Amino acid sequence: MADITGRLQEQILAARDEKRKLRIVGGGSKAFMGRQVNADDLHVGEHSGIVEYQPVELVLTARAGTLLTDIEAALAENNQMMSFEPPRFTDKATIGGTLACNQSGPGRPWTSSVRDQVLGTRVINGKGEHLRFGGQVMKNVAGYDVSRLQAGAMGTLGLITEISLKVLPRPAATATLVSELPLVDAIEVMNRRAAEPKPLTGACWLDGKLYLRLSGARSAVDATARQWQGELLEDGDRFWAELRDHTSDFFAGDEPLWRFSVNPTAANPDIKGDWLVDWGGAQRWYRGEAQLSGMEALAVQAGGQVSLFRGGDRSGEVMHRQPAPLKAVQQRLKHAFDPDAIFNPGRLYTWM
Amino acid sequence: MNQTAAPDISQSELAEKLREFIHPEYVISDEETMRPYECDGLSMYCEMPMLVVLPETVAQVQQVMRICHRHHVPVVARGAGTGLSAGAMPHAQGVVLSLAKFNKILSIDPKARSARLQPGVRNLAISEKALQYGMYYGPDPSSQIACTIGGNVAENSGGVHCLKYGLTVHNILSVEMVTVEGDRVTVGSDGLDSCGMDLLALMTGSEGLLGIITEVQVKLLPRPEKAQVVMAGFDSIQNAGDAVGGIIGEGIIPGGLEMMDGFAIAAAEDFAQAGYPREAEALLLCEVDGTAEEVQEHIEQAENLFRKYGATSVRTSQTDHERALLWKGRKSAFPAVGRISPDYYCMDGTIPRRQLAHVLIEMQRMSERYGLRVANVFHAGDGNLHPLILFDANVPGEFERTEQFGGDILKLCVEVGGCITGEHGVGVEKIRQMAVQFDDRELEQFNALKAAFDPEGILNPGKGVPTLRQCQEYRALERQPQNQSEPNKVEA
Ligand SMILES: Cc1cc2nc3c(=O)[nH]c(=O)nc-3n(C[C@H](O)[C@H](O)[C@H](O)COP(=O)(O)OP(=O)(O)OC[C@H]3O[C@@H](n4cnc5c(N)ncnc54)[C@H](O)[C@@H]3O)c2cc1C
Repeated sequence: MADITGRLQEQILAARDEKRKLRIVGGGSKAFMGRQVNADDLHVGEHSGIVEYQPVELVLTARAGTLLTDIEAALAENNQMMSFEPPRFTDKATIGGTLACNQSGPGRPWTSSVRDQVLGTRVINGKGEHLRFGGQVMKNVAGYDVSRLQAGAMGTLGLITEISLKVLPRPAATATLVSELPLVDAIEVMNRRAAEPKPLTGACWLDGKLYLRLSGARSAVDATARQWQGELLEDGDRFWAELRDHTSDFFAGDEPLWRFSVNPTAANPDIKGDWLVDWGGAQRWYRGEAQLSGMEALAVQAGGQVSLFRGGDRSGEVMHRQPAPLKAVQQRLKHAFDPDAIFNPGRLYTWM
Repeated sequence: MNQTAAPDISQSELAEKLREFIHPEYVISDEETMRPYECDGLSMYCEMPMLVVLPETVAQVQQVMRICHRHHVPVVARGAGTGLSAGAMPHAQGVVLSLAKFNKILSIDPKARSARLQPGVRNLAISEKALQYGMYYGPDPSSQIACTIGGNVAENSGGVHCLKYGLTVHNILSVEMVTVEGDRVTVGSDGLDSCGMDLLALMTGSEGLLGIITEVQVKLLPRPEKAQVVMAGFDSIQNAGDAVGGIIGEGIIPGGLEMMDGFAIAAAEDFAQAGYPREAEALLLCEVDGTAEEVQEHIEQAENLFRKYGATSVRTSQTDHERALLWKGRKSAFPAVGRISPDYYCMDGTIPRRQLAHVLIEMQRMSERYGLRVANVFHAGDGNLHPLILFDANVPGEFERTEQFGGDILKLCVEVGGCITGEHGVGVEKIRQMAVQFDDRELEQFNALKAAFDPEGILNPGKGVPTLRQCQEYRALERQPQNQSEPNKVEA
């Protein structure tokens, strides 16, 4: 629980002088994501603590190294939550790593993402300057949205030191419905249900079963659970937590894990292997050896993109490749924030 | 950096080049036809452009960009021109690139709950078209009859429902854009996120400074089963403000939560006859939407809460017609105020909600000091204030005083932990106040970011982010005593 901004700035400036590269490490819980980085570790985990939290404002500000578990505990005291249900992977996961990797849980299509809820950030750029973007209010359109730009950048644009988030009340009630359904039909049903004005906050298909989660006012959840098909699942919260943290059996083992972010209605890619469909069809997980180029073609057909989320060959590209003009823009953006390319070289792409 | 080199082509040469591939009538160079383009919704800021061009295809937009880029001609994109920060105000040596011909809804996918739109499609037209599928587009700016989706993306526009349903940035899936070099690229996809840094978020709210938006894919939402609005009158702003906190503390996120002060209530009531309590000092409109059961539960809670916080009147809409009427007063607040004053100037600061009473009291003091009346409408749920300063542009010096008053309000917003613009953007209007909210290194970072897209500063130059040189000038002006305070009083 300390503010070590000054020390972090010094370390960055020293690396700059000595022409060294730095690998930003939060809790290290997402070390498996992205590409391998050969650089000196810069630990931000110590830079932690909730800076400000006003429950009535629905805004919480925390240093980037703050553990998700600590933020969740503070929010729970006021019956609030991070509505984007950030995955933990381990209990070391930090809010900085969550934003850098753009990690959001099963409610994402309905209850938003970390990128949606971030209101402002403070960032140390490659020149060691500590900068503030956005703010601690819900609406702020002054200047470019550098805070949301960080989502998915995996620390390549700078070191996030502080994050302000919109937080929300916890739903009064939650229920989970399960039914046996083949994948093709499940995708159809998920999308049909999502088009109804009902309190749907999760839709996942795993092992031949469709899981639908309802949350909101007690009366609305109960009424919808009665109207819709499916058995009420005891201990539904555990199912969604395991899905969120990748502790379900599906995610066990070393086989490469591919993540497709696609049109929710797309026909599932026609390749053999294990699939898990989440986010009402918009996020699909696949286990198996494959070539990135082949997977990209399937993702494009499904209206989206693919990444090699974990395992497999992490020395080549692991992210969906970018068209030339976007690649050029991202290289120039990188240069604008980190002119000496100090932060996380090669973490996102071989060329950045 | 970001300093535009002078164009090396004359008006007639450029017009001739553009007419080679664009319908000659859509390349406008005569003064009379260009006149309507001289300003946006903030008509105090005007400039005549060198040329106005209305391409009809994306290929034409690309070609316009290539030519302008080659000849260093500034390009100002324009949607419907309803912007309130002079973002679409022309550049004297530049081209206005109007997207008005791009007004087609390309497709609606009711299953995937999305729509593909050309950038000139009007905001309201999306929801009208989606109605047949029981859907709508979330963000609903008060200007929604006229403003375009391209302009909405460029400003990250909000509406009265954004506490619950988010701003433009939360409701789009992808944009297609033409870069300053004339390349056509798509940012985002049919999925909910893309690999790498979030360029879609960066484009949202970029005020035409990073690229020309030529297509937008938006999310559609199912129409709620039911919506009802509770209207509550209060005899003090403080009580109304506390009631807002009370609602949120209760765990209710209303679809819309709006506040008006006494002045705005009276003006809106005269204009719309919505049945507002004229004697109230503050009015809250709280809309609850969702399933029938949920709405009933939350409406009862809201009514009780408002009474607990001292509401002097509480009324709940019983029909959709009554609900529309209650909203009509709020949505027509700007024109209503326009009726009681020759001119008005709309500010757009955002504050932490708990500072509301303090900010309104301070604003009242300033109002007396400047001798200018002010009416307040407030997106109370998310802390976005719209003070409307009443003035008469025909009185010499009055607009200048109004601007100073506005500048002081924005400074106050920043002081209490808020920001200078919640949804209208910086444009030309608030470029000075950027130096209040950001320090020089932050502004330099913005300028470096801009240069990553547009190294020569062709796209909408002079807007959004000041150069460091400008900032030094603004700050020097601030320090001069005659500009600090004590403006001349006028007779009220
Ligand atoms: C009465 C009234 C009420 C309003 N209420 C609200 C409100 O409730 N909420 C709110 O957020 N705003 C509101 N506004 C402000 C305004 O309507 C919005 O900012 C709107 O999004 C502007 O859209 P437009 O099409 O008119 O854009 P314009 O005014 O034409 O342009 C705005 C900016 O966007 C850029 N731009 C436009 N199209 C493109 C494009 N295709 N590609 C790149 N850049 C582009 C322009 O260069 C300019 O910088 C209101 C305005 C009025 C007059």
